[in-house]
Amino acid sequence: MKTLEIINNWVTQNSSVLDLGCGKGEILLDLISSKDIKAVGVEIDGSNINECIASGINVIEQNIDEGLDNFIDNSFDVVIMSQTIQVLKDPRKALQEITRIGNDCIVTIPNFGHWRTRLSLLLTGKMPITDPLPESWFDTPNIHLCTLEDFELLCSETSIQITQKISFNSSGHSNAFTKAWPNLFGASAIYKISK
Amino acid sequence: MTESVGKVTEQIFKLPSDLLLECGKTLKNIELTYETYGELNSDASNAILICHALSGNHHAAGYYKDENERLGWWDALIGPSKAIDTNKFFVVCPNNIGGCHGSTGPSSVDPETQRYYGPDFPVITVKDWVNSQAQLADHLNIKCWHAAIGGSLGGMQALEWCRLFPDRISKAAVIAAAPKLSAQNIAFNEVARQAIITDPDFQEGKYLDSEKSPKRGLRLARMVGHITYLSDEAMRDKFGRELKEGKLNFGFDVEFEVESYLRHQGDVFSESFDANTYLLMTKLLDYYDPAENYKGDLVKAFETIKAKIMVISFSSDWRFSPERSKEIVNALLAAEKDTTYLEIESSHGHDSFLFAEGRYVSALTAFLGN
Repeated sequence: MKTLEIINNWVTQNSSVLDLGCGKGEILLDLISSKDIKAVGVEIDGSNINECIASGINVIEQNIDEGLDNFIDNSFDVVIMSQTIQVLKDPRKALQEITRIGNDCIVTIPNFGHWRTRLSLLLTGKMPITDPLPESWFDTPNIHLCTLEDFELLCSETSIQITQKISFNSSGHSNAFTKAWPNLFGASAIYKISK
Repeated sequence: MTESVGKVTEQIFKLPSDLLLECGKTLKNIELTYETYGELNSDASNAILICHALSGNHHAAGYYKDENERLGWWDALIGPSKAIDTNKFFVVCPNNIGGCHGSTGPSSVDPETQRYYGPDFPVITVKDWVNSQAQLADHLNIKCWHAAIGGSLGGMQALEWCRLFPDRISKAAVIAAAPKLSAQNIAFNEVARQAIITDPDFQEGKYLDSEKSPKRGLRLARMVGHITYLSDEAMRDKFGRELKEGKLNFGFDVEFEVESYLRHQGDVFSESFDANTYLLMTKLLDYYDPAENYKGDLVKAFETIKAKIMVISFSSDWRFSPERSKEIVNALLAAEKDTTYLEIESSHGHDSFLFAEGRYVSALTAFLGN
């Protein structure tokens, strides 16, 4: 099952959804058509914003790093943060904020603890360059990479509950290996968390 | 340069009903001067209302006689294949009541007394404008606007349309606006008003019956206003410290280019605008506050809204800065309304909304089209 399908399964009909870092609005469009959600996206890239507008998606131009205090407590059923937390200046603050705003939050992250990453660092002694993390260390937007273990530790330290978790291999599939050893065989993972 | 809507003619609509104003007075025999561009479709679903700003008028696009004359004030955005595409939309732009470009205002003659209204013209509000425009919509058989669009004070009008007639408007673009004026905004308006009122030619507003009018005051008012429309950066880029004659003359006549520019703007404006209208418009702007009847709660004030609203601000606008637009956005979000917000990088200050530049145009096109 791919990320989009899982998000779709985790979001209930007619709920309100805030997608932080919504890109061109792919996730929201999918949820609007299948779950008739009330959607709001937050995005910083001008051309992505225009795509959202052209698709009729409500989109707010806002830099998440500058805060989310304009969104009131529990104002959305679901807050989604897909492949975004690792580019933020303050991931801990972001986690606290999204769990304040949403009753449930769906977070997807790339896993720096994946065996390919570990092996690459061990064998080459250089910062790993992999399919999910293709940029060199000096021009990557991913300034706060972590392993699944790290992420779960931060959740527990900040009293955030992990209610669901699925990890995927590099081709985006969940299998026996990713289930048994997610932090080693999962290239990325999707979590459902709440306060 | 894309083509213009071409030759346009202004039209006059006499309101069938008197207008009970927010101030409690009733205004009779009201006329609205307006222009339209494009064709209304068979189910009247493609109408767009353009709301003009403080000193604007109904001539938003095209020309009256020949194409070499100055085009309508928003010609950059309204026309065939432009952001507000007249091949697709029927565009209506009325001059607001209280204006001085044809619609009933202080410089009109009151048919009952056969005298100029002058300073006795009642203080009107944005709500009064929207009510008068609703009668114009009836006249044009427009039950529901596809959209209302406006910059600055025009943006406030578009927002007010959404609040007052939720079933008669589908979308609104609220551009370079604020939910209400700040003390600094009011202060600038007060300087402008004082410039006019203290001009000896103002004659307590009854100058239309005399040979003289307060042109000096109006000129100063416009010069102050104009500074607030531009950004520091735009002024630096346009004028820098360029000297008109290339050297200092050690006097008080025009020396710097910026002085020459401001004087020119003031001169043109004072020849074409009515001082009582300027007083009225700035007052009306000071009064605007949709949250006033809701104990300052903007979220409650927005409860009636059904339209999809796109709010646009410009980075260099310090008159109504992005922060002010965000106040509107945050209240709309809290009221769970369909909201889109853009903060466009632009160096033109408050005037940015007049220019057809990059992302601003594509966003407006996408918003109106989807």
